[in-house]
Amino acid sequence: MPDLQSLGDNLQVGLEHYLTLSVMLFSIGTLGVIFRRNVLVMFMSVELMLTSVNISLVAFSRYLDDLNGHVLVLFVLAVAAAEAGVGLAILVEIFKKRDTVDVDEFRQLME
Amino acid sequence: MHESTEILRWIVALPLIGAALNGFLNRRLPEAVVSAIGIGSVAVSFGLALKAFFLLRALPAEGRILHDFVYQWIPVGDLQVDVGFTLDPLSGAMLLLVTGVGLLIHIYSSGYMHSDGGFGRYFAYLNLFVFSMLILITADNLLLLFVGWEGVGLCSYLLIGFWFHEIANSAAGKKAFIVNRIGDFGFLIGIFVIVRALMGHVDEGANILAFSTMAEHADLLAPVATLAGLLLFVGATGKSAQIPLFVWLPDAMAGPTPVSALIHAATMVTAGVYMMARMSFLYDLTPVALSVVAVVGALTALFAATIGLAQTDIKKVLAYSTVSQLGYMFLACGVGAYGVGIFHVLTHAFFKALLFLGAGSVIHGMHHEQDMRQMGGLRKYMPLTFMTMMAATLAIAGIFPFAGFFSKDEILYKAWLQSPALWLVGFLAAGLTAFYMARLMAMTFFGECRAPDETKRHLHESPWSMVGPLVVLGILSLVGGWMGWPEFLGGSNAIHHWFAPVFEHGAAHGVAATEVVHLVEGGAAEGGHSVALEWTLAFLSLGWAALGLFGGFFVYLKRPDLPGRAQQWVSGIPHRLIENKYFVDEIYDAVIVWPIHRLSETFLWRVVDAGIIDGLMVNGVGRFVGLVGQLLRLVQNGLLRWYAYSFATGVLVIVIYVARHYTG
Repeated sequence: MPDLQSLGDNLQVGLEHYLTLSVMLFSIGTLGVIFRRNVLVMFMSVELMLTSVNISLVAFSRYLDDLNGHVLVLFVLAVAAAEAGVGLAILVEIFKKRDTVDVDEFRQLME
Repeated sequence: MHESTEILRWIVALPLIGAALNGFLNRRLPEAVVSAIGIGSVAVSFGLALKAFFLLRALPAEGRILHDFVYQWIPVGDLQVDVGFTLDPLSGAMLLLVTGVGLLIHIYSSGYMHSDGGFGRYFAYLNLFVFSMLILITADNLLLLFVGWEGVGLCSYLLIGFWFHEIANSAAGKKAFIVNRIGDFGFLIGIFVIVRALMGHVDEGANILAFSTMAEHADLLAPVATLAGLLLFVGATGKSAQIPLFVWLPDAMAGPTPVSALIHAATMVTAGVYMMARMSFLYDLTPVALSVVAVVGALTALFAATIGLAQTDIKKVLAYSTVSQLGYMFLACGVGAYGVGIFHVLTHAFFKALLFLGAGSVIHGMHHEQDMRQMGGLRKYMPLTFMTMMAATLAIAGIFPFAGFFSKDEILYKAWLQSPALWLVGFLAAGLTAFYMARLMAMTFFGECRAPDETKRHLHESPWSMVGPLVVLGILSLVGGWMGWPEFLGGSNAIHHWFAPVFEHGAAHGVAATEVVHLVEGGAAEGGHSVALEWTLAFLSLGWAALGLFGGFFVYLKRPDLPGRAQQWVSGIPHRLIENKYFVDEIYDAVIVWPIHRLSETFLWRVVDAGIIDGLMVNGVGRFVGLVGQLLRLVQNGLLRWYAYSFATGVLVIVIYVARHYTG
């Protein structure tokens, strides 16, 4: 990882920067999923993880000069949108029944 | 060899086609068609057999062999087995016997089994039997012979338990099958021993189990000859009902009477004798095995004859008589006179098939009564049955010039040359044979009719389909022995010369073989022309047989009180022994069956099956999986964040591992 000093000297943004961002976003997303109990926040964290993947895809796509990465990002976006739609719909139904969005209260899957 | 040898495969295959037709279609076919298929297939087979026989006869005596190669059956490495059929003087004679007597018995069956519910099934089994028997006889190698050997065993089982609605019948079938399996086990090991001795020592690609190959390499077999010979003989004791495996044959009488005639008198039970004759090149190498065979044969002949004295079921008497006669055949083989043994197979097939068919005719007339104490005086009602059975009785007793005289006399003569002790045992049995046959005839056909009035009113001679075969067999019982008219009586002993090429192999191959043959036939060579001895022995056995016959008729017609008084005189113990067949069945039960039952119940069932297999293995695996499941359940707690955490940790671990593994 390049140190911040040289980053300031030379504002050339390269593959490493994108990947670093991606890793950070992914880690934040993961930690969010693990530690937050609010389902909505967990959802957002999942979206964050997807976005981080998208960033790395685009970065590699540019770096390798290969359009496939771009195409894949579009697919991920579409799927993420669909997933969010379905997930939120389920969430609304659960909230109507249980009056809570605390994920620790949802343990019926255990049985 | 020729294009005409293909006839052999058709002789064998036709009964199979008949069996298939009747077996698959029997419910849709009327009786007339079923019997036409059943009889027709065997009849055509018999016709072809005659043709093949004459083809064979036309060849010069040295090269009398027809071979029909059908296809390669088992090509496994060094082991090559073909399906092929051979006709030589030995199998030719047996072929005519099986198809000929088989044909007569098929015809008889169409009358005997008339309006039985299983008519089609019966004929299918009977045809299948003829097919298996023909495989056994014409097989050109030991393994194919074994296929026929098992096939006849299967058909025997099916036909003994033919009326399976009665539990006793199916039990008898099972007994026959299991006892035969014991023998077959020995037979199979015998084959293995031979394969082991020959494999790799004979030229590449040779058909090592073919009889011709084995005979050619008899010197290789010499080291294992005794072992192999005895093991094969174990198989023969099962199939041919010799001590100690004879117990199934009397029970086999549960089957329909024509079956007893065909399978349990004329053909299948002689398979052991045929096998010995076929493998004579092996037995010639081993005087030990031959002695065992001779002793077992002689003892069986005497032992079974004594049991036959006290049976009251007409078929049981005949069954023990068959066991006894088979003993004679093995006695003949055991003293090295294979041809004479086969000669007795032929004559015995005629008169014993006739006796069984005659008994069947009586049973038919008596409405399925088999107890001789309920019979008597049937001579008036069934004259043809009586006359033909009388011929058979004279034949089996060995009265000149009926068939049995020639074969039995020659066996006893050969036995004398080997050892007078063997002769004495056979001689005693011959007298007993005459006696129990006279008893059978006296109780069945002479004196007052003891049947209930109801049965008596319906007594009648059997239909022509049944009497016809009786008459033919009756004639054969008279003239059938003439093919072996001995030289000392001015005959030519044609059958001896006919068989001679088959059994003259020892001299040509192998040093050991030559010696042994001389050993076995040495006596014959020096005493072979002792006409005075032959005359003496013939007169002795003729007189002894006549005495037996006379004694039997006298005791059971004029002095019916004598047997009872004799029993009292010896306090009844010998009689009880004989009547209960020396308690052999009970001894086997106590010594073999009962321990196996107990072992099975206490150890094999409760410990091995219930404890180890069920408890430890089947349920154990189930319980183990259940336990693992219980543990894994703890992981599945329904906490979504816990799952996410485990998942992320897992991925992390894998990533670290992969990174270290592939980059470090």
